Amino acid sequence: MGIIRTRMGDGRAVELTVDDIRADIQAGTEEAADRGRIPALTGNEQEWLVELFCRPDRVVGVEQGHEVVLTDDGSVNALYGAQSSSGVGVPVSREMGIRVYERAFCMDTMEVGHPDYSFKPVRPIVALEQQAMESTLLGTIIPMYYGAMPNLALYARPDGPFPNPADLLPAGRIADARIAQEEAAEVCSRDMVYVARKMWEVGADGINFDTTASAGDAEFLATLRAVEQVAGTTGLSIEVGMAAEFVLGMHGEVEYQGTRLAGLYPHEQVRLVEMAGAHVFGPAVNTNTRRSSPWNVSRAVTFVKACSQAAGIPVHANVGIGVGGVPMCETAPVSMVTRASAAMVEIGRVDGL
Amino acid sequence: MGGIRTAGDLVARMQLHRKMRLPEAKAYVADRLKVSTVDLSDEVIMRELREELDIGVITSVPGAAKGLAAKARIARLLDIRVNSVDVLKEKMELGS
Repeated sequence: MGIIRTRMGDGRAVELTVDDIRADIQAGTEEAADRGRIPALTGNEQEWLVELFCRPDRVVGVEQGHEVVLTDDGSVNALYGAQSSSGVGVPVSREMGIRVYERAFCMDTMEVGHPDYSFKPVRPIVALEQQAMESTLLGTIIPMYYGAMPNLALYARPDGPFPNPADLLPAGRIADARIAQEEAAEVCSRDMVYVARKMWEVGADGINFDTTASAGDAEFLATLRAVEQVAGTTGLSIEVGMAAEFVLGMHGEVEYQGTRLAGLYPHEQVRLVEMAGAHVFGPAVNTNTRRSSPWNVSRAVTFVKACSQAAGIPVHANVGIGVGGVPMCETAPVSMVTRASAAMVEIGRVDGL
Repeated sequence: MGGIRTAGDLVARMQLHRKMRLPEAKAYVADRLKVSTVDLSDEVIMRELREELDIGVITSVPGAAKGLAAKARIARLLDIRVNSVDVLKEKMELGS
Protein backbone atom coordinates (compact mmCIF):
# COMPACT_ATOMS: atom_id res chain seq x y z
CA MET A 1 0.00 0.00 0.00
CA GLY A 2 2.97 2.28 -0.64
CA ILE A 3 1.45 4.19 -3.54
CA ILE A 4 -2.21 5.22 -3.53
CA ARG A 5 -4.11 6.04 -6.69
CA THR A 6 -6.39 8.97 -5.94
CA ARG A 7 -7.55 12.10 -7.77
CA MET A 8 -6.82 15.77 -8.20
CA GLY A 9 -9.54 18.40 -7.87
CA ASP A 10 -9.97 18.40 -11.65
CA GLY A 11 -10.60 14.66 -11.66
CA ARG A 12 -7.23 13.53 -13.05
CA ALA A 13 -5.76 10.41 -11.47
CA VAL A 14 -2.68 10.97 -9.32
CA GLU A 15 -0.46 8.60 -7.36
CA LEU A 16 0.48 9.69 -3.84
CA THR A 17 2.25 8.08 -0.92
CA VAL A 18 0.47 7.63 2.39
CA ASP A 19 2.61 10.42 3.80
CA ASP A 20 1.59 12.68 0.90
CA ILE A 21 -2.08 11.97 1.63
CA ARG A 22 -1.61 12.62 5.35
CA ALA A 23 0.15 15.91 4.60
CA ASP A 24 -2.58 17.01 2.17
CA ILE A 25 -5.31 16.21 4.68
CA GLN A 26 -3.55 18.24 7.34
CA ALA A 27 -2.97 21.14 4.95
CA GLY A 28 -6.61 21.07 3.76
CA THR A 29 -8.12 21.25 7.22
CA GLU A 30 -5.66 23.93 8.32
CA GLU A 31 -6.51 26.02 5.27
CA ALA A 32 -10.23 25.87 6.12
CA ALA A 33 -9.58 26.59 9.79
CA ASP A 34 -7.51 29.63 8.88
CA ARG A 35 -10.01 31.05 6.40
CA GLY A 36 -13.14 30.35 8.46
CA ARG A 37 -11.62 30.93 11.88
CA ILE A 38 -12.97 27.55 12.91
CA PRO A 39 -11.33 24.51 14.53
CA ALA A 40 -9.27 22.19 12.34
CA LEU A 41 -10.16 18.50 12.32
CA THR A 42 -8.80 16.53 15.26
CA GLY A 43 -5.90 14.12 14.88
CA ASN A 44 -8.26 11.14 15.00
CA GLU A 45 -10.49 12.65 12.33
CA GLN A 46 -7.50 13.31 10.09
CA GLU A 47 -6.34 9.71 10.52
CA TRP A 48 -9.86 8.50 9.68
CA LEU A 49 -9.57 10.41 6.41
CA VAL A 50 -6.11 8.96 5.74
CA GLU A 51 -7.55 5.46 6.12
CA LEU A 52 -10.51 6.40 3.90
CA PHE A 53 -8.27 7.52 1.06
CA CYS A 54 -5.89 4.57 1.45
CA ARG A 55 -8.64 1.95 1.19
CA PRO A 56 -8.40 0.01 -2.08
CA ASP A 57 -12.19 -0.03 -2.48
CA ARG A 58 -13.55 1.79 -5.48
CA VAL A 59 -16.84 2.56 -3.71
CA VAL A 60 -17.07 3.30 0.02
CA GLY A 61 -20.00 4.00 2.33
CA VAL A 62 -21.07 4.87 5.84
CA GLU A 63 -21.60 2.58 8.80
CA GLN A 64 -24.94 0.79 8.98
CA GLY A 65 -27.36 3.05 10.82
CA HIS A 66 -25.54 6.21 9.69
CA GLU A 67 -27.51 6.60 6.44
CA VAL A 68 -28.66 10.15 5.71
CA VAL A 69 -31.50 11.80 3.82
CA LEU A 70 -30.96 12.99 0.25
CA THR A 71 -32.32 16.18 -1.28
CA ASP A 72 -31.62 17.29 -4.82
CA ASP A 73 -31.25 20.40 -6.90
CA GLY A 74 -31.89 20.85 -10.58
CA SER A 75 -34.83 18.49 -10.61
CA VAL A 76 -34.42 15.79 -13.24
CA ASN A 77 -32.17 17.85 -15.51
CA ALA A 78 -29.62 15.08 -15.15
CA LEU A 79 -31.95 12.80 -17.13
CA TYR A 80 -33.43 14.95 -19.88
CA GLY A 81 -30.95 17.82 -19.83
CA ALA A 82 -27.96 18.59 -21.99
CA GLN A 83 -24.27 18.94 -21.13
CA SER A 84 -24.79 22.27 -19.34
CA SER A 85 -26.74 20.39 -16.63
CA SER A 86 -24.58 17.27 -16.90
CA GLY A 87 -27.68 15.86 -18.55
CA VAL A 88 -27.64 12.60 -20.46
CA GLY A 89 -30.36 13.61 -22.91
CA VAL A 90 -32.78 10.78 -22.20
CA PRO A 91 -36.14 11.55 -23.84
CA VAL A 92 -38.28 11.54 -20.71
CA SER A 93 -40.57 14.26 -19.40
CA ARG A 94 -40.00 15.92 -16.03
CA GLU A 95 -42.83 13.98 -14.43
CA MET A 96 -41.61 10.70 -15.82
CA GLY A 97 -38.12 11.53 -14.61
CA ILE A 98 -39.36 12.31 -11.11
CA ARG A 99 -41.17 8.98 -10.98
CA VAL A 100 -37.93 7.26 -12.07
CA TYR A 101 -36.02 9.08 -9.32
CA GLU A 102 -38.61 7.98 -6.73
CA ARG A 103 -39.17 4.38 -7.76
CA ALA A 104 -35.92 3.35 -9.47
CA PHE A 105 -33.23 5.60 -7.97
CA CYS A 106 -34.92 5.55 -4.52
CA MET A 107 -34.48 9.24 -3.71
CA ASP A 108 -35.78 10.37 -0.32
CA THR A 109 -37.15 13.65 -1.69
CA MET A 110 -37.47 15.17 -5.14
CA GLU A 111 -38.34 18.45 -6.73
CA VAL A 112 -40.15 19.92 -9.69
CA GLY A 113 -38.08 22.55 -11.44
CA HIS A 114 -38.09 24.36 -14.77
CA PRO A 115 -35.18 23.66 -17.17
CA ASP A 116 -34.23 27.35 -16.92
CA TYR A 117 -34.18 26.86 -13.13
CA SER A 118 -34.38 30.50 -12.01
CA PHE A 119 -37.32 32.25 -10.33
CA LYS A 120 -37.38 35.16 -12.80
CA PRO A 121 -38.26 33.11 -15.91
CA VAL A 122 -40.66 30.96 -13.87
CA ARG A 123 -42.84 33.89 -12.77
CA PRO A 124 -44.63 34.43 -16.14
CA ILE A 125 -45.23 30.70 -16.62
CA VAL A 126 -46.00 29.83 -13.01
CA ALA A 127 -49.44 28.42 -13.95
CA LEU A 128 -47.72 25.80 -16.11
CA GLU A 129 -45.36 24.99 -13.28
CA GLN A 130 -48.26 24.70 -10.84
CA GLN A 131 -49.90 22.16 -13.13
CA ALA A 132 -46.69 20.15 -13.35
CA MET A 133 -46.51 20.20 -9.55
CA GLU A 134 -50.17 19.21 -9.16
CA SER A 135 -49.83 16.34 -11.58
CA THR A 136 -46.62 15.12 -9.94
CA LEU A 137 -48.15 15.21 -6.46
CA LEU A 138 -51.01 12.95 -7.50
CA GLY A 139 -48.81 9.95 -8.11
CA THR A 140 -45.75 10.39 -5.93
CA ILE A 141 -45.14 9.56 -2.29
CA ILE A 142 -41.82 11.20 -1.38
CA PRO A 143 -41.74 14.87 -0.25
CA MET A 144 -41.84 17.20 -3.25
CA TYR A 145 -40.07 20.56 -3.43
CA TYR A 146 -40.30 23.20 -6.12
CA GLY A 147 -36.76 24.31 -6.88
CA ALA A 148 -35.17 27.29 -8.61
CA MET A 149 -32.29 29.73 -8.22
CA PRO A 150 -32.66 33.33 -6.97
CA ASN A 151 -30.11 34.30 -9.68
CA LEU A 152 -29.96 38.03 -9.05
CA ALA A 153 -27.73 38.52 -12.10
CA LEU A 154 -30.75 37.94 -14.36
CA TYR A 155 -32.23 41.22 -13.12
CA ALA A 156 -29.31 43.27 -14.46
CA ARG A 157 -28.93 44.59 -18.02
CA PRO A 158 -28.97 43.20 -20.66
CA ASP A 159 -31.14 40.41 -19.19
CA GLY A 160 -33.11 42.59 -16.77
CA PRO A 161 -34.18 46.18 -16.13
CA PHE A 162 -31.55 47.28 -13.60
CA PRO A 163 -28.07 48.71 -14.25
CA ASN A 164 -25.39 46.01 -14.21
CA PRO A 165 -23.03 46.16 -11.19
CA ALA A 166 -20.38 44.41 -13.27
CA ASP A 167 -20.37 47.46 -15.55
CA LEU A 168 -20.69 50.06 -12.79
CA LEU A 169 -18.01 48.77 -10.42
CA PRO A 170 -15.08 48.87 -12.90
CA ALA A 171 -16.16 52.44 -13.72
CA GLY A 172 -15.83 53.39 -10.06
CA ARG A 173 -19.59 53.99 -9.70
CA ILE A 174 -19.82 52.11 -6.42
CA ALA A 175 -22.85 53.95 -5.02
CA ASP A 176 -24.79 53.38 -8.25
CA ALA A 177 -23.84 49.69 -8.22
CA ARG A 178 -25.11 49.36 -4.67
CA ILE A 179 -28.43 51.06 -5.47
CA ALA A 180 -28.88 48.84 -8.53
CA GLN A 181 -28.33 45.69 -6.46
CA GLU A 182 -30.69 46.84 -3.71
CA GLU A 183 -33.46 47.57 -6.22
CA ALA A 184 -32.90 44.29 -8.05
CA ALA A 185 -32.91 42.38 -4.76
CA GLU A 186 -36.38 43.70 -3.93
CA VAL A 187 -37.81 42.45 -7.22
CA CYS A 188 -35.92 39.15 -6.96
CA SER A 189 -37.32 38.60 -3.48
CA ARG A 190 -40.82 39.39 -4.70
CA ASP A 191 -40.54 36.82 -7.51
CA MET A 192 -39.35 34.13 -5.08
CA VAL A 193 -42.24 34.76 -2.70
CA TYR A 194 -44.77 34.85 -5.55
CA VAL A 195 -43.67 31.49 -6.97
CA ALA A 196 -43.42 29.89 -3.52
CA ARG A 197 -46.98 30.94 -2.60
CA LYS A 198 -48.28 29.58 -5.90
CA MET A 199 -46.62 26.23 -5.16
CA TRP A 200 -48.08 26.18 -1.66
CA GLU A 201 -51.56 26.72 -3.14
CA VAL A 202 -51.36 23.54 -5.22
CA GLY A 203 -49.95 21.28 -2.50
CA ALA A 204 -46.15 21.35 -2.74
CA ASP A 205 -44.28 20.18 0.35
CA GLY A 206 -41.41 22.61 0.07
CA ILE A 207 -39.50 25.29 -1.79
CA ASN A 208 -35.80 25.03 -2.58
CA PHE A 209 -33.85 28.27 -2.96
CA ASP A 210 -30.89 26.77 -4.75
CA THR A 211 -27.45 28.26 -5.57
CA THR A 212 -28.20 31.15 -3.23
CA ALA A 213 -25.86 34.18 -3.24
CA SER A 214 -24.37 33.31 -6.63
CA ALA A 215 -24.36 37.06 -7.34
CA GLY A 216 -23.16 37.95 -3.87
CA ASP A 217 -24.43 39.48 -0.66
CA ALA A 218 -27.43 41.37 -2.11
CA GLU A 219 -28.76 38.09 -3.49
CA PHE A 220 -28.30 36.46 -0.09
CA LEU A 221 -30.30 39.29 1.47
CA ALA A 222 -33.06 38.91 -1.15
CA THR A 223 -33.28 35.21 -0.32
CA LEU A 224 -33.33 35.70 3.44
CA ARG A 225 -36.17 38.22 3.09
CA ALA A 226 -38.05 35.79 0.83
CA VAL A 227 -37.54 32.99 3.38
CA GLU A 228 -39.02 35.22 6.09
CA GLN A 229 -42.13 35.94 4.04
CA VAL A 230 -42.65 32.38 2.84
CA ALA A 231 -42.19 31.01 6.35
CA GLY A 232 -44.65 33.55 7.72
CA THR A 233 -47.40 33.06 5.15
CA THR A 234 -47.25 29.39 4.08
CA GLY A 235 -46.58 25.99 5.58
CA LEU A 236 -43.90 25.19 3.01
CA SER A 237 -40.71 23.53 4.13
CA ILE A 238 -37.90 25.85 3.03
CA GLU A 239 -34.45 24.69 1.92
CA VAL A 240 -31.68 27.20 1.25
CA GLY A 241 -28.73 25.80 -0.68
CA MET A 242 -25.71 28.01 -1.18
CA ALA A 243 -23.68 28.75 -4.33
CA ALA A 244 -20.28 28.90 -2.67
CA GLU A 245 -18.48 28.69 0.66
CA PHE A 246 -17.99 32.46 0.90
CA VAL A 247 -20.59 35.21 0.36
CA LEU A 248 -19.10 37.60 -2.17
CA GLY A 249 -19.28 41.28 -1.26
CA MET A 250 -20.56 42.61 -4.57
CA HIS A 251 -22.45 45.21 -2.52
CA GLY A 252 -20.34 45.08 0.61
CA GLU A 253 -22.65 46.80 3.07
CA VAL A 254 -25.95 44.91 3.18
CA GLU A 255 -26.88 43.40 6.53
CA TYR A 256 -29.49 40.99 7.83
CA GLN A 257 -30.57 41.29 11.46
CA GLY A 258 -27.47 43.36 12.18
CA THR A 259 -24.99 40.98 10.52
CA ARG A 260 -23.05 42.07 7.46
CA LEU A 261 -23.52 39.42 4.78
CA ALA A 262 -20.33 39.86 2.78
CA GLY A 263 -17.64 37.41 3.78
CA LEU A 264 -19.76 34.93 5.72
CA TYR A 265 -18.72 31.25 5.77
CA PRO A 266 -21.11 28.28 6.14
CA HIS A 267 -21.17 28.19 9.96
CA GLU A 268 -22.20 31.87 9.91
CA GLN A 269 -24.57 31.56 6.94
CA VAL A 270 -26.61 28.83 8.61
CA ARG A 271 -27.39 30.97 11.65
CA LEU A 272 -29.01 33.64 9.49
CA VAL A 273 -30.85 31.13 7.31
CA GLU A 274 -32.23 29.51 10.45
CA MET A 275 -33.16 32.89 11.92
CA ALA A 276 -35.09 33.74 8.74
CA GLY A 277 -37.22 30.61 9.21
CA ALA A 278 -35.75 27.97 6.87
CA HIS A 279 -36.02 24.25 7.60
CA VAL A 280 -32.94 22.86 5.80
CA PHE A 281 -29.57 24.45 4.96
CA GLY A 282 -27.23 23.33 2.19
CA PRO A 283 -23.64 24.52 2.61
CA ALA A 284 -21.46 24.55 -0.51
CA VAL A 285 -17.66 24.36 -0.25
CA ASN A 286 -15.77 24.86 -3.47
CA THR A 287 -13.24 22.42 -4.91
CA ASN A 288 -9.72 23.62 -5.76
CA THR A 289 -8.85 21.91 -9.05
CA ARG A 290 -5.11 22.24 -8.42
CA ARG A 291 -5.12 20.38 -5.11
CA SER A 292 -5.69 16.70 -4.43
CA SER A 293 -8.98 15.11 -3.42
CA PRO A 294 -7.67 14.32 0.09
CA TRP A 295 -6.88 18.04 0.48
CA ASN A 296 -10.27 19.10 -0.90
CA VAL A 297 -12.34 16.63 1.12
CA SER A 298 -10.48 17.49 4.32
CA ARG A 299 -11.02 21.20 3.71
CA ALA A 300 -14.71 20.83 2.80
CA VAL A 301 -15.49 18.61 5.78
CA THR A 302 -13.82 21.08 8.15
CA PHE A 303 -16.19 23.84 7.01
CA VAL A 304 -19.23 21.56 7.09
CA LYS A 305 -18.44 20.14 10.53
CA ALA A 306 -18.38 23.68 11.95
CA CYS A 307 -21.64 24.41 10.12
CA SER A 308 -23.35 21.29 11.52
CA GLN A 309 -22.23 22.22 15.03
CA ALA A 310 -23.62 25.76 14.66
CA ALA A 311 -26.92 24.63 13.13
CA GLY A 312 -30.24 24.08 14.87
CA ILE A 313 -31.84 22.87 11.63
CA PRO A 314 -30.94 19.93 9.37
CA VAL A 315 -27.80 20.45 7.27
CA HIS A 316 -27.72 18.85 3.80
CA ALA A 317 -24.22 19.43 2.43
CA ASN A 318 -23.77 19.95 -1.29
CA VAL A 319 -21.72 17.03 -2.60
CA GLY A 320 -21.76 17.37 -6.37
CA ILE A 321 -19.51 18.33 -9.22
CA GLY A 322 -17.05 20.95 -7.97
CA VAL A 323 -18.37 21.20 -4.42
CA GLY A 324 -18.06 19.29 -1.16
CA GLY A 325 -14.67 17.82 -2.10
CA VAL A 326 -15.93 16.25 -5.34
CA PRO A 327 -13.68 16.87 -8.36
CA MET A 328 -14.65 19.61 -10.80
CA CYS A 329 -15.21 17.51 -13.89
CA GLU A 330 -18.19 16.35 -15.91
CA THR A 331 -17.85 12.67 -15.04
CA ALA A 332 -17.00 12.82 -11.35
CA PRO A 333 -15.12 9.64 -10.28
CA VAL A 334 -17.38 7.51 -8.10
CA SER A 335 -14.41 6.72 -5.86
CA MET A 336 -14.19 10.38 -4.84
CA VAL A 337 -17.94 11.07 -4.76
CA THR A 338 -18.44 8.24 -2.28
CA ARG A 339 -15.39 9.23 -0.20
CA ALA A 340 -16.54 12.84 0.03
CA SER A 341 -20.06 11.69 0.94
CA ALA A 342 -18.88 9.27 3.63
CA ALA A 343 -16.60 11.91 5.15
CA MET A 344 -19.45 14.45 5.24
CA VAL A 345 -21.56 11.97 7.20
CA GLU A 346 -18.99 10.43 9.55
CA ILE A 347 -16.99 13.59 10.33
CA GLY A 348 -19.12 16.47 9.05
CA ARG A 349 -22.13 15.04 10.95
CA VAL A 350 -24.54 16.21 8.27
CA ASP A 351 -28.23 15.35 8.39
CA GLY A 352 -28.36 14.83 4.66
CA LEU A 353 -26.63 15.36 1.34
CA MET B 1 -31.55 6.49 2.96
CA GLY B 2 -33.36 4.63 0.20
CA GLY B 3 -36.61 6.58 -0.19
CA ILE B 4 -39.71 4.38 -0.30
CA ARG B 5 -37.46 1.32 -0.61
CA THR B 6 -36.78 1.86 3.09
CA ALA B 7 -38.00 4.69 5.35
CA GLY B 8 -36.06 7.53 3.73
CA ASP B 9 -39.16 9.51 2.75
CA LEU B 10 -40.54 9.25 6.29
CA VAL B 11 -37.35 10.50 7.96
CA ALA B 12 -37.13 13.25 5.33
CA ARG B 13 -40.66 14.39 6.19
CA MET B 14 -39.71 14.88 9.84
CA GLN B 15 -36.71 16.97 8.81
CA LEU B 16 -38.81 18.98 6.37
CA HIS B 17 -41.92 19.44 8.49
CA ARG B 18 -40.52 19.69 12.02
CA LYS B 19 -36.91 20.83 11.38
CA MET B 20 -35.68 17.72 13.20
CA ARG B 21 -31.97 16.93 13.03
CA LEU B 22 -31.21 13.42 11.74
CA PRO B 23 -30.97 11.48 15.04
CA GLU B 24 -34.22 13.01 16.30
CA ALA B 25 -36.00 12.41 13.00
CA LYS B 26 -34.92 8.76 12.89
CA ALA B 27 -35.91 8.21 16.52
CA TYR B 28 -39.33 9.75 15.92
CA VAL B 29 -40.07 7.61 12.86
CA ALA B 30 -38.71 4.46 14.50
CA ASP B 31 -40.97 5.07 17.49
CA ARG B 32 -44.05 5.56 15.29
CA LEU B 33 -43.21 2.42 13.30
CA LYS B 34 -42.20 0.44 16.41
CA VAL B 35 -38.83 -0.59 14.94
CA SER B 36 -35.20 0.31 15.67
CA THR B 37 -33.46 3.20 13.93
CA VAL B 38 -31.19 0.72 12.12
CA ASP B 39 -34.28 -1.06 10.80
CA LEU B 40 -35.31 2.15 9.03
CA SER B 41 -32.63 1.53 6.39
CA ASP B 42 -33.20 -2.23 6.19
CA GLU B 43 -34.74 -2.98 2.79
CA VAL B 44 -36.23 -6.32 3.82
CA ILE B 45 -37.79 -5.17 7.08
CA MET B 46 -39.14 -1.97 5.59
CA ARG B 47 -40.52 -3.68 2.47
CA GLU B 48 -42.71 -5.92 4.61
CA LEU B 49 -43.62 -3.19 7.09
CA ARG B 50 -44.55 -0.67 4.40
CA GLU B 51 -46.86 -3.20 2.78
CA GLU B 52 -48.41 -4.06 6.14
CA LEU B 53 -48.96 -0.36 6.94
CA ASP B 54 -50.06 0.28 3.35
CA ILE B 55 -47.96 3.45 3.00
CA GLY B 56 -46.52 2.74 -0.44
CA VAL B 57 -43.96 0.19 -1.51
CA ILE B 58 -41.16 0.30 -4.04
CA THR B 59 -42.48 -2.44 -6.29
CA SER B 60 -45.71 -2.19 -8.20
CA VAL B 61 -48.35 -4.01 -6.17
CA PRO B 62 -51.93 -3.91 -7.45
CA GLY B 63 -54.25 -2.42 -4.85
CA ALA B 64 -51.48 -1.03 -2.64
CA ALA B 65 -51.76 2.63 -1.64
CA LYS B 66 -50.04 4.90 -4.13
CA GLY B 67 -49.54 8.64 -4.51
CA LEU B 68 -51.97 10.73 -2.48
CA ALA B 69 -53.52 7.67 -0.82
CA ALA B 70 -50.13 6.62 0.53
CA LYS B 71 -49.35 10.18 1.66
CA ALA B 72 -52.66 10.44 3.51
CA ARG B 73 -51.79 7.27 5.43
CA ILE B 74 -48.24 8.56 6.10
CA ALA B 75 -49.64 11.85 7.46
CA ARG B 76 -51.78 9.90 9.91
CA LEU B 77 -48.98 7.51 10.83
CA LEU B 78 -46.46 10.28 11.56
CA ASP B 79 -49.03 12.76 12.92
CA ILE B 80 -48.04 15.45 10.45
CA ARG B 81 -49.79 17.63 7.89
CA VAL B 82 -49.06 16.87 4.23
CA ASN B 83 -50.01 19.82 2.05
CA SER B 84 -51.17 17.87 -1.00
CA VAL B 85 -53.40 15.71 1.19
CA ASP B 86 -54.87 18.81 2.82
CA VAL B 87 -55.55 20.33 -0.61
CA LEU B 88 -57.39 17.16 -1.63
CA LYS B 89 -59.47 17.24 1.56
CA GLU B 90 -60.41 20.85 0.87
CA LYS B 91 -61.51 19.90 -2.66
CA MET B 92 -63.64 17.14 -1.19
CA GLU B 93 -64.93 19.53 1.48
CA LEU B 94 -63.74 17.16 4.18
CA GLY B 95 -61.87 19.88 6.07
CA SER B 96 -58.14 19.61 6.74
